Amino acid sequence: MTPDPDDELWSAIGDPSRRRVLDLLVRRGEASASWLAGQVPFSRQAVSKHLAVLEEAGLVSPRKQGREVLYRVEAARLDQATHAMAQLASQWDRRLDAIKRLAESAHAKTKSKES
Amino acid sequence: MPMTELQIEREVLIDAPVDVVWRTITQPDQVQQWFADRVELDLKQGGRGLLVFGDQDDPLVIETVEPPTRFSFRWNYPAGEKPGPGNSMLVEFTLAAEGERTRLRVQETGHELHAWPESEKNRYAEEHREGWGTFTDRLARLLAERPHR
Repeated sequence: MTPDPDDELWSAIGDPSRRRVLDLLVRRGEASASWLAGQVPFSRQAVSKHLAVLEEAGLVSPRKQGREVLYRVEAARLDQATHAMAQLASQWDRRLDAIKRLAESAHAKTKSKES
Repeated sequence: MPMTELQIEREVLIDAPVDVVWRTITQPDQVQQWFADRVELDLKQGGRGLLVFGDQDDPLVIETVEPPTRFSFRWNYPAGEKPGPGNSMLVEFTLAAEGERTRLRVQETGHELHAWPESEKNRYAEEHREGWGTFTDRLARLLAERPHR
């Protein structure tokens, strides 16, 4: 079967700045946009934008606490991204193995005919 | 510079000459044995092809045919659209002779992000310079570091 890559998911994780935000959230558990902005070399505005994209892709979810909005990583979704990636890679491993077997047996047949 | 994209790279060393490997990855009757249940290929640049997996048909368009070293095609694009960067996956095979053997490398890349506005590009330029690359390793590390709930 062909993989069914999730555009939104790939796009969300594809950006290094967003991965950095995600990375920080993974380590911190839960954090606000202001706290995150203090950890990265880009603006608070940029952090909010990244969080919005990550939320759209289902990778983080917001929670209101008092005046603050705290974000946390959606572990299941992150797993899904990693699994999809690993699955795609292992599909190619299987295909390359099959190509190797086919080519090697075709070659062996030619060689045995020659000798 | 393209935005970071999904990228998978795999390779294998095969105990057969390059032309044998070339046929294995480009002749439909051979491709049927490792890829799909049924395969149609019009082996030329811009040529169309079809991969049938059970009751699912996957069309493809060939981008490069340079026997016996390079073969690439695009697939996984929305029905009715012309495949290109941004709406499809590009599969590229590279074959290199190593003595009597062949090193076969496959790369699958795609779904590039759309270009960002210039202002944002500048803002993130510094970050990007240090952060380019495939995100698999990074993602794996993220998962390893993730505290279990």
